[in-house]
Amino acid sequence: MAHDYASKEAVERLRHAWGLDQPVPIQYLVFMEHILHGDFGTSTLSGYPVMAEIIVRYPNTLQLATVSMVLGILIGGLAGIISALKPYTIFDNVAMIIALLGVSMPAFWLGLMLMLVFAVMLGWLPATGIGTPQHLVLPSLVLGYTAAGIIARQTRSAMLDVMRQDYITTARAKGLTERVVASRHALKNALIPVVTIVGLIFGTMLGGSVIVESVFSWPGMGKMLVDSILARDYPMIQAAVMVFAVSFALVNLVVDVLYAFLDPRIHYD
Amino acid sequence: MTEFQSQPRSLARRFWRSPAVRRFRRNRTAMLGLAMVSLLILVALAAPLLAPADPLEAELQKSLTLPGVDGFLLGSDELGRDLWSRVVYGSRISLTLGLISVGIGLLIGIPLPALAAYRGGWVDSLAMRCVDILLSFPAILLAIIVVSVLGPSLNNAMIAVGVAQGPIYARLVRGVILSLKQREFVEAARAIGVNDRGIVFRHILPNCLSPIIIQSTLLIASAILSASALSFLGLGAQPPTPEWGAMLSKGRLYLRTAPFLTTFPGLAIVISVLGFNLFGDGLREALDPRMGGR
Repeated sequence: MAHDYASKEAVERLRHAWGLDQPVPIQYLVFMEHILHGDFGTSTLSGYPVMAEIIVRYPNTLQLATVSMVLGILIGGLAGIISALKPYTIFDNVAMIIALLGVSMPAFWLGLMLMLVFAVMLGWLPATGIGTPQHLVLPSLVLGYTAAGIIARQTRSAMLDVMRQDYITTARAKGLTERVVASRHALKNALIPVVTIVGLIFGTMLGGSVIVESVFSWPGMGKMLVDSILARDYPMIQAAVMVFAVSFALVNLVVDVLYAFLDPRIHYD
Repeated sequence: MTEFQSQPRSLARRFWRSPAVRRFRRNRTAMLGLAMVSLLILVALAAPLLAPADPLEAELQKSLTLPGVDGFLLGSDELGRDLWSRVVYGSRISLTLGLISVGIGLLIGIPLPALAAYRGGWVDSLAMRCVDILLSFPAILLAIIVVSVLGPSLNNAMIAVGVAQGPIYARLVRGVILSLKQREFVEAARAIGVNDRGIVFRHILPNCLSPIIIQSTLLIASAILSASALSFLGLGAQPPTPEWGAMLSKGRLYLRTAPFLTTFPGLAIVISVLGFNLFGDGLREALDPRMGGR
């Protein structure tokens, strides 16, 4: 902010204005107090309040993460269930290879490749930006694919575990159809580990949003974080990290509460 | 049969015939993973032989040449550098990066947390709270935060990815140690007067070796992926380093005119990461058949 050739007084004035002349513990307490009052300070780059930026950008990230999450759960869950019901068939093998690819492929590369095919070559979808539902397709596909890969692998192994249990044999012995056994008896019990992983995947979504938003110029928290790091805009970095951490913690709290609904045997003391 | 004719066999042969190696060899996807990893290592070792040009040498009048034209196997980039040579040399960077990050993760995540888990009490509680705090961030986000403190560079990216992996090892090792520390062989070691450090490092940790090896293989894959993502965002390797993520980040500017600049470095990342993932999954099945999965 002050140039290399700024006068000593000017530098001192700035240090005082930003509170940098205070001892570090005091600076930290002041920082915490401001945060508790919803004040993340002002961006050192733009000079605008950080909070105003977050209010604009957070819903964008939330929208992208939610749509991707729904896509991932639908596709990944379905693929995992079918794979587990028909293990070691062609469907299972192909689905699991695609799932592993989803975990092994860099999201930014997949994003660029989709952009190349659907935006540059075919011209069906916009490459970057935000606004119409069409803008949402490519970013959420990329983010959703990674999620679907993890969920498919997890659902499959959870379902396979459950299908080996005695009560499944009992259900079959009662003469229930395979469809009822799978949907009523197996799926509900397989859901618990899957719900855990869904909570964790939300974290992956937040991390992935950093990358995907940068690829597609999606004006969300992730792009804000990267841009601020590159510009060394520390108040913005702190705020972005704080928002990510709080979101992640909240989602995992919701997951913990969901357990109690899915499995009444789980108690929290 | 083989056990019956107990003639002295060479070590290599005994290794080849051991049940774990046999299980691994029968697993087709695992062998595919091994092949991909071997390919990566070979390319990295033989880079000067495979690359026809210096990966940093620019020839501006030949910029953005199409693949296959003018002796450029995969084309040339915006500065006229041979893309094939850059991809080949990139394998060295990605491999080193994966190994060093995992090494840092091991150093942070194993010795101290292992001792803490063995001692128990408040030391263990404190260590685990630290691990919980670190694990409450998604790994890539944690790495980005570390880089934002240290500043963007390839070395800092390696440190960041390694630090982000530490808590994963800490949790893994703690689980095994808690299940082993009540066993007779540990009690026996304590009875003959071995100190805590000796028990943990000599007697308990060798028993954690196979989960650590499995986890490390899988973490090399995720380290390569995370570090290339950091470089892509401009937070890791800086130009002109031929790092795959950094190459993608430059190449995306020419997505319309020269899409090969983004296609090939990305494929290199996919092959490396997929290779280590398949290899790791195969190791898991071979070393610990009880863990199931595939």
